[in-house]
Amino acid sequence: MGLVLAQILTGLANASALFMVASGLSLIFGVTRVVNFAHGSFYMLGAYIGVTLMDVLPGSVGFWGAILLTGVIVGLIGVIVEICVLRPVYRAPELFQLVATFGVILVIQDLVLMIWGAEDRLGPRAPGLRGIVRIMGEPVPQYDLALIAMTPFVAFALWYLITRTRVGVLVRAATQDREMVGALGVNQAWLFTGVFFLGCALAGLGGAVQLPKGGADLLMDFNILASVFVVVVIGGMGSLPGAYLAAVLISVLNVFGVTYLPQSTLVLMFVVMVAVLMVRPYGLLGREEIAGEHGQVGEPERPIRPAGPRARMLVVAGLALLALVPVFGSSFASVLITDILIFCLFAASLHFLLGLGGLVSFGHAAFFGGGAYVAALLVTYADTPMELALVLAPLGAGLSAVIIGWVCLRLTGVYFAMLTLACAQLLWSLVFQWGDVTGGDDGLVDIWPSDWANSPSVYFYLTLVITVGGMLLLRQAAHAPFGYALRAARDSTRQAEATGIDTKRVQWVAFAFAGAMAGVAGGLFVFSKGSIFPNELDIARSFDALIVVFLGGVKTLSGGIVGGAFLEGIKDYLTRFEYWRLALGLMIIAVVILAPDGIVGSLRKLTDRMGLTRMEDER
Amino acid sequence: MNRKTFLNGLMSGAALAVAGLPALAQDTIKIGEINHYKRMAAFAEPYKQGIELAVGQINDAGGVLGKPLEFIFRDDQGDPGEAIKIAEELMTRDGAVMLTGSILSNVGLAIASLAAEKKYIYLASEPLADAVVWENGNDYTFRLRSSTYMQAAMLAEEAAKTDAVKFATIAPNYAYGKDAVAAFKKTLTALKPEVEFVTEQWPALFKIDAGAEVQALERAKPDAIYNVTFGTDLAKLVREGGTRGVFEGRTVLGLLSGEPEYLDPLGDEAPEGWIVTGYPWYDFPEGANLDFVNAYKAAYDDYPRLGSIVGYMTAQSIATVIAKAGSTETEEIRAAFADLNVDTPMGTITYRALDHQSTMGAFVGKTAIKDGAGVMVDWTYKDGADYLPSDDEVRAMRPQSN
Repeated sequence: MGLVLAQILTGLANASALFMVASGLSLIFGVTRVVNFAHGSFYMLGAYIGVTLMDVLPGSVGFWGAILLTGVIVGLIGVIVEICVLRPVYRAPELFQLVATFGVILVIQDLVLMIWGAEDRLGPRAPGLRGIVRIMGEPVPQYDLALIAMTPFVAFALWYLITRTRVGVLVRAATQDREMVGALGVNQAWLFTGVFFLGCALAGLGGAVQLPKGGADLLMDFNILASVFVVVVIGGMGSLPGAYLAAVLISVLNVFGVTYLPQSTLVLMFVVMVAVLMVRPYGLLGREEIAGEHGQVGEPERPIRPAGPRARMLVVAGLALLALVPVFGSSFASVLITDILIFCLFAASLHFLLGLGGLVSFGHAAFFGGGAYVAALLVTYADTPMELALVLAPLGAGLSAVIIGWVCLRLTGVYFAMLTLACAQLLWSLVFQWGDVTGGDDGLVDIWPSDWANSPSVYFYLTLVITVGGMLLLRQAAHAPFGYALRAARDSTRQAEATGIDTKRVQWVAFAFAGAMAGVAGGLFVFSKGSIFPNELDIARSFDALIVVFLGGVKTLSGGIVGGAFLEGIKDYLTRFEYWRLALGLMIIAVVILAPDGIVGSLRKLTDRMGLTRMEDER
Repeated sequence: MNRKTFLNGLMSGAALAVAGLPALAQDTIKIGEINHYKRMAAFAEPYKQGIELAVGQINDAGGVLGKPLEFIFRDDQGDPGEAIKIAEELMTRDGAVMLTGSILSNVGLAIASLAAEKKYIYLASEPLADAVVWENGNDYTFRLRSSTYMQAAMLAEEAAKTDAVKFATIAPNYAYGKDAVAAFKKTLTALKPEVEFVTEQWPALFKIDAGAEVQALERAKPDAIYNVTFGTDLAKLVREGGTRGVFEGRTVLGLLSGEPEYLDPLGDEAPEGWIVTGYPWYDFPEGANLDFVNAYKAAYDDYPRLGSIVGYMTAQSIATVIAKAGSTETEEIRAAFADLNVDTPMGTITYRALDHQSTMGAFVGKTAIKDGAGVMVDWTYKDGADYLPSDDEVRAMRPQSN
């Protein structure tokens, strides 16, 4: 009995930092609709700034003062980021801010490394709270009790601010209807900035209060991200009490998981998330999204049409040039362009979902990695030849997309995105922790192409044919009646259904199709690298694809492909420099600000303005 | 229009790839070094400095085969797929004669697989997974550092000397942690059959819930705890375990916990009385080890970490093998690695022809606090050769090479 109580207390203590970070994310999302990927970075900044301040400020007043001061400083950094990076892109297409926040992650990672160095920092113990209290014989650290006590206080303060003050009324009004708040004469820009300050300050507080139980290190930002997203989604996006409930639920369950299922700690969290969302699709205390809020904002999309003869000739010429790479380029050029082509197909498959279907999937890596693992497992356990494995990879990925699609398509908008993320993470954690079959972190190795395809140039041609074929197939589907139905379902579900389109089924098929195409890319990937590891399934890989699609331009057919080629090319070049993350992050932010329609969209506008393409379009 | 820009994108990607071509200067011997310089900066930086120190000394002494040695350092972001790409680039475009590097075992395994496929020489410097030279061993991959098995066996030997019978283990839930626990169980049970393993804890790497783990360990009431966690997980475990008193009155064994990389961030909260493997750079009375420490301090105004000495010995191994081969041809280098002897600060080590594992050992001792910092005391250097399975067992584990 004593142990169970002690375990619950441990869970409650763990919930506190998680709640603070998650409530900040939830708040920012609720008001500004920005899914702030960089939220983990503000948590990390909180830890580093907190540990530095605690070194300087003396005693217990200094300790608690340092925590408060950290919140303010991190909040101010958040304000700078909001004003410099996010404000210019609020008008950009939906979720484009996401790419900007990804740039912020990269910049903060390198800046923290520059300022604080590489070594981990252990947090100081809380003055006066170093010892333990015995509760029914079990030792419970005093600081745990302080954390447990502190959290409801923070939660209450937030609740009071939101429900009982004028600022809170405005914030809630902005959550409901941004335009109306603007029409009433409230300066939305500063409201957003204020909310961003508060959200980031909370993340910073979270980083600082956990110091006595941990410290500051350079991997903190990504490490907390998955749990924070899980908490926000289980609780219901935008709901503070929900975030508290979910943080407690996840943390307490985790403590019992450690004792009774020690090998499955990662899987557990995502199983809970998927289970909760199956029963309560909008989270424990979340509300259904108001329809239309995430529809297509910004200027109307232009109709897509088959490319004209000039464009076709250019593409053929380009492909011919590409085909000459193995002849004239170095062997490495073949390897690099093989990589880029595979990535482009992966991005194009996500773009098909996202651009045409309006289905923002945050877990597309599940199908890329899924296809790769299907091929790798077949080779490892059944000695399947490469040719067959390449065929079965998309089938496996497509099948898993059928299942995941069935689960996720019950939701829309951001909830759909989050559920896809949860499914992908579930798959990732399974692969990671089921080491006996998947090799776990050691991955599966020695999966090389058949002898005939083994040289880089032959494999390059194989990849070129398959990936270009895949991209053309995706494009073909966009021009087929199926593609039109998909876009109809995206733009107006009700009207589409009135014309007899079964929108859910169309979206489901599209989801499976995009999954299968990602599986093709995954299959090619595994043979080009000779190995596969769980990180091909994880959040970072899904984000890569998302960023590329947004960067390229959602509202253009070639967005995914161009973005993929651009980012992979730039990355290959930049990683040679010492502070490449800083450079890449700044570059992404610059692209986001200068080209809010994505690269392709902006180029198209530019050429329109110069009168180059208008003629072609009109004829 | 869409296709045109698609094309532009592809072309600019290709152009970038070609534009980066460095002038191929053939007057140095280039070594391709791939590591996680950003993701694991705390470990990779001292390692790099160790390499640069050795390279400076080697080149001052006239280089190798009359040419200077040059390392090309590349960052793989800790991503195995990226590492494979960079490896290809280093070998085919930059003119590297062989590859080395990696800290993470999965990246090491990926490069090892590539090495076998493409016939590139790869010296796995840091990755510890046993599979690199055993289950997944191949003709072209060699490993410097004493593997998980060897270090676990060293600790098992010390554990057998204690009175502890009931053991609890805690290790990160991935291949390195699992290997470390399996090897410890195997070697300890062989030495002391009556031992009993009462609980196994498997926190996810760098996501430890230290309070819960400590409660689970306490619940099993073990005599001894075998701890494989490291980095931030170790710090949190030490903090929570210390607060809740789980280490009191128990024997604690810590794999790698004595390495400055892991001990130093703990400051005066470093655990006391743990039996650990590590690197007592502060305590060498004389000899080659002290010379290295002094040279390192002079060069960087900083003390060496374990990564530093591994980097240093990596460069020494490479210089020695190329000198012995008398050539930079892959097959010549490969042949020269067979039972190659390298003189290092830790004494002469041998790259065994049997499984390509070097006999580099490890320092085993107890932790203590001295001047507000964790140190190793009563340490001895254990030769890696003494802690390997028998040759027959190794042959059974390793795929038979030609």
